[in-house]
Amino acid sequence: MRRWLLIALLLSLPARAADLFMVRSELSFPEAMAVLQESIRARGYQVSRVQRVDIGLTKSGYKTDKYRVVFFGKKDEIEHIADKHIDLIPYVPIKIAIFAEQDNTILLSSSFSHLRPYYRDDDELLAEFDRWEKDLQAILKAVQDAD
Amino acid sequence: MKHCCFHNLFLAIALALPLLAAAATPDGAALYRQHCAVCHGSDGSGGVGVPLSLPDFLAVASDGYLARTIRKGRPGRVMPAFPGLSDAEIRAIVAHVRGFADVAAPSYGQAPLKGDAARGAKLFARHCAACHGDRGQGGKGTGVTFSRPRGAPVMAPSLANPGFQAAVSDAMLKATLLRGRHGTPMPSIRELGLDPARADDLVAFVRTLRVPPPPPLADDEPHIIRYDSPYDVEQTLEALKQAVIGRNFRVIRVQPLDQGLVPEGQEDGRRIILYFCSFSFLNEALAIDPRVGLFLPCRVTVVETADGVQVMSINPKHLSHLFNNTELDEACERMYRLYNEIMEEATF
Ligand code: HEC
Ligand code: HEC
Repeated sequence: MRRWLLIALLLSLPARAADLFMVRSELSFPEAMAVLQESIRARGYQVSRVQRVDIGLTKSGYKTDKYRVVFFGKKDEIEHIADKHIDLIPYVPIKIAIFAEQDNTILLSSSFSHLRPYYRDDDELLAEFDRWEKDLQAILKAVQDAD
Repeated sequence: MKHCCFHNLFLAIALALPLLAAAATPDGAALYRQHCAVCHGSDGSGGVGVPLSLPDFLAVASDGYLARTIRKGRPGRVMPAFPGLSDAEIRAIVAHVRGFADVAAPSYGQAPLKGDAARGAKLFARHCAACHGDRGQGGKGTGVTFSRPRGAPVMAPSLANPGFQAAVSDAMLKATLLRGRHGTPMPSIRELGLDPARADDLVAFVRTLRVPPPPPLADDEPHIIRYDSPYDVEQTLEALKQAVIGRNFRVIRVQPLDQGLVPEGQEDGRRIILYFCSFSFLNEALAIDPRVGLFLPCRVTVVETADGVQVMSINPKHLSHLFNNTELDEACERMYRLYNEIMEEATF
């Protein structure tokens, strides 16, 4: 019985996670932005800042001025990183880039796969990366699935 | 007892069957949505990726070409490889892409064509290089590119890309040249005023084109850039601002690392972020790859540690590696030098 279920489970496992997490949402930019911030908070994070990176874009001929980077984190996690892993300070707070493409919205974030080789022996930190990746994917999926 | 085990086995099969069946016939639409729609559009009309729904494309693209493209990607040209998908999953995605247009799938023999590559080279330089590059390296930017109107030109793909060369057959190359691709700038060779009999020569030449895949990241490449500062946090920030402004960047914001996460007034003054950018830098970066928002705005962090003040930033070369974009790698190489100059000057 166990073996059957194991085989069935193995066969239904998703493919290996990619290095970049990217999704397309059919929502308009303001709607996607609202759902994004909602789902960030639903996972226990605080949005620390929404940064415009598009000032002057329309003036330079781009058809959109809707490009933002949303920064978020948890007070305790940031303190822990800053105290225990100085080298990771440049990576926090974590962020999701969000921009309009026609009527759709594209969201993306980076996994921590590129950092893992540097911390092979730090199980606690690797578990932290796991958790962040899981949360990032869940947050993005929530925006992708919303309609 | 015997009865009970039999019952258990039956239950196990009953439970596992739907899962097994689901694994045997993957959901192409769902897989496409998960892995491809972000770049190629939900309906295949293109975006960061090129359009996949054009009848002229699907009429010449064989199932094998589509499958090999998914498996191997286009190294250095944004399109990722998908080594983790099963053959059945790739077949399901291919079937879904086929559904974008009502044209029959072609099938080709694998026999190489016997054209004259030297003659093809001359024709290529005259008629193709303006769009595809003198070495077939492709146009700049990505797909239909960020926020351009949909009618705007699609960038010309790289014909020299090892992923393309591995995916395409001579016969499919020829069919592409004879047909052109309406809805994109790609003309048929007749429209270019060439005799269709010259197609084999062009194919022979295109076959000789090859750019190497991007080199892997050096093992010892550090993931951050770091300098020790002889000054205190305030003085270091001042020096950084001067260095940034001196390079025609604008200081966007100076903020404590934990701002927005702790109550106002309780931020930690030992860890301060300096954000900076410039319009021209931003425009150039977005034209290369619309996903560069993950690098922006530029950021240097000043940190007071037990051993003194440090300035640090991510190493853009390191992050760039995730994007599979050679052009972006080159831009990040420049960004790497810029960060080093600024931090070195500020801590001198
Ligand atoms: C990160 C963005 C991105 C993702 C994700 C992506 N592609 Fe692509 N794709 C591209 C780009 C960009 C090109 C053009 C590459 C070039 O310049 O040669 C391309 C090219 C292709 C081509 C060749 C088209 C032609 O005209 O010959 C096919 C087929 C394709 N992609 C299918 C897929 C499928 C199917 C998926 C999902 C399994 C996928 N792509 C995922 C960006 C992407
Ligand atoms: C006016 C610009 C232009 C010219 C001239 C041009 N092409 Fe293209 N070509 C393109 C574009 C754009 C595409 C991509 C179309 C798409 O997105 O499906 C393309 C696609 C192709 C493809 C298919 C590549 C792929 O990834 O699917 C081949 C092969 C090709 N061109 C070869 C040639 C050859 C050989 C010539 C000269 C005889 C030529 N092209 C002339 C713009 C051009």
